[in-house]
Amino acid sequence: MSETAERVKKIVVEHLGVEAEKVTEDASFIDDLGADSLDIVELVMAFEEEFGVEIPDDAAEKIATVKDAISYIEANKG
Amino acid sequence: MRRVVVTGLGLVTPLGADVETAWANILAGKSGAGQITRFDTTGQKCTIACEVKPADHEYGFDPNKRVDHKVQRQVDPFIIFGIDAAGQAIEDAGLTDMTLEERYRAGVSIGSGIGGLPGIASESLVCENKGPTRVSPHFVHGRLINLISGQVSIKYGLMGPNHAVVTACSTGAHAIGDAARMIAMDDADVMLAGGAEGAICPLGIAGFAQAKALSTRNDAPEKASRPYDKDRDGFVMGEGAGVVVLEEYEHAKARGAKIYAEVIGYGLSGDAYHVTAPHPEGSGAFRSMQMALKKAGLKPEDIDYINAHGTSTPMGDELELGAVRRLFGDAIADVSMSSTKSAIGHLLGGAGAVEAIFCILALRDQIVPPTLNLDNPSDSCTGVDLVPHVAKKRQVRAVLNNSFGFGGTNASLILRAV
Repeated sequence: MSETAERVKKIVVEHLGVEAEKVTEDASFIDDLGADSLDIVELVMAFEEEFGVEIPDDAAEKIATVKDAISYIEANKG
Repeated sequence: MRRVVVTGLGLVTPLGADVETAWANILAGKSGAGQITRFDTTGQKCTIACEVKPADHEYGFDPNKRVDHKVQRQVDPFIIFGIDAAGQAIEDAGLTDMTLEERYRAGVSIGSGIGGLPGIASESLVCENKGPTRVSPHFVHGRLINLISGQVSIKYGLMGPNHAVVTACSTGAHAIGDAARMIAMDDADVMLAGGAEGAICPLGIAGFAQAKALSTRNDAPEKASRPYDKDRDGFVMGEGAGVVVLEEYEHAKARGAKIYAEVIGYGLSGDAYHVTAPHPEGSGAFRSMQMALKKAGLKPEDIDYINAHGTSTPMGDELELGAVRRLFGDAIADVSMSSTKSAIGHLLGGAGAVEAIFCILALRDQIVPPTLNLDNPSDSCTGVDLVPHVAKKRQVRAVLNNSFGFGGTNASLILRAV
């Protein structure tokens, strides 16, 4: 697992209070991890802080799974 | 009018995070006061408070018992305390598995005096220093006062009246009185009612200290809350929550519920005098107690115990005592009156509910809790049993609970065994 993936998963576990094993790359924040739309706003803010990236609203709306988040961050971090 | 009884209790206090632990510590004469550990008090006039203790403490509070990890991250402490106390109460009442129809008739009315001050203070700094786009999406609903009622209704599926009282330090008593009326008026069969507070933060302590309301006996925190004592100099801030399950009497009887007490009297009044100072003749307090007695159909001599508002402020204690003296007349010789704020501090919006629970336990156990630190009673205390230092076994037929708040708002509750 990449370093980015590790850090993303850690943030998800902390924010959503889910077990680490459930945070697979294919897991959907809403369907599998019990998040609501506000939780996703908060997660995106946490990713921005952690990785120093800016995730605009239109990009944030497309982040549905853990993998989506990792891919976006890896493609856009400085 | 339908009769309303208490069938469940829940407490989170600086002396215990469950009913029996808190009550045992109160009766043992322990104090929950100490130096503030939650933040650096440098520059504060007051550095002491009655904090709810951490989970690893002998009588600490473990939020993980009843509050979701995700909710804990999103909300202020007063909501966490409130959810837990409500959970204790509904479990105690044996009402966690109500049918859909029953849940339509079960509501929540848990208020707070101040609400999410710590979170408002910290998030305002985020907005100022990092910008509006860094403000948490959970900021608003993690701070609003009615969000204990909201969270509790969601957690337990309670779809009856959903309400939240905000009357400063009268909140808890008003919440119980108002919810009892909702049941009496047939709006619900079951209500979770009470109050919570969690305002021990730099801004909360500074604000009350600037209003000259807090004790500054910083070198002796356990001696600082001393209602009715000559050397009192203000209140000690507490935190936590008290929640009761109120239930329509026939409903409780039909399911064989354990009935602690009946809510038989409720009085409310306004001072219409000053925002922080009580009326100089205690007129609001007097009329509040008088109305509660009238509703209860009792005479002063029927009351055996008064849990006083008694915050340990120089003026407030004196005026409450004066009002009780005028209302009770000769009957004051036989009543016991104490302030449990001497032990757990002033829980502000939580106080009235927590103290109502102590009243109910006094009825159950036929013992009245002490007023700590009452070493030199004020001259005005002559001839009144203020239960100094040690709990007292005595007959307790009916109890009166007083709560008075900033804005000149007063509430009195009277309870009796069924």
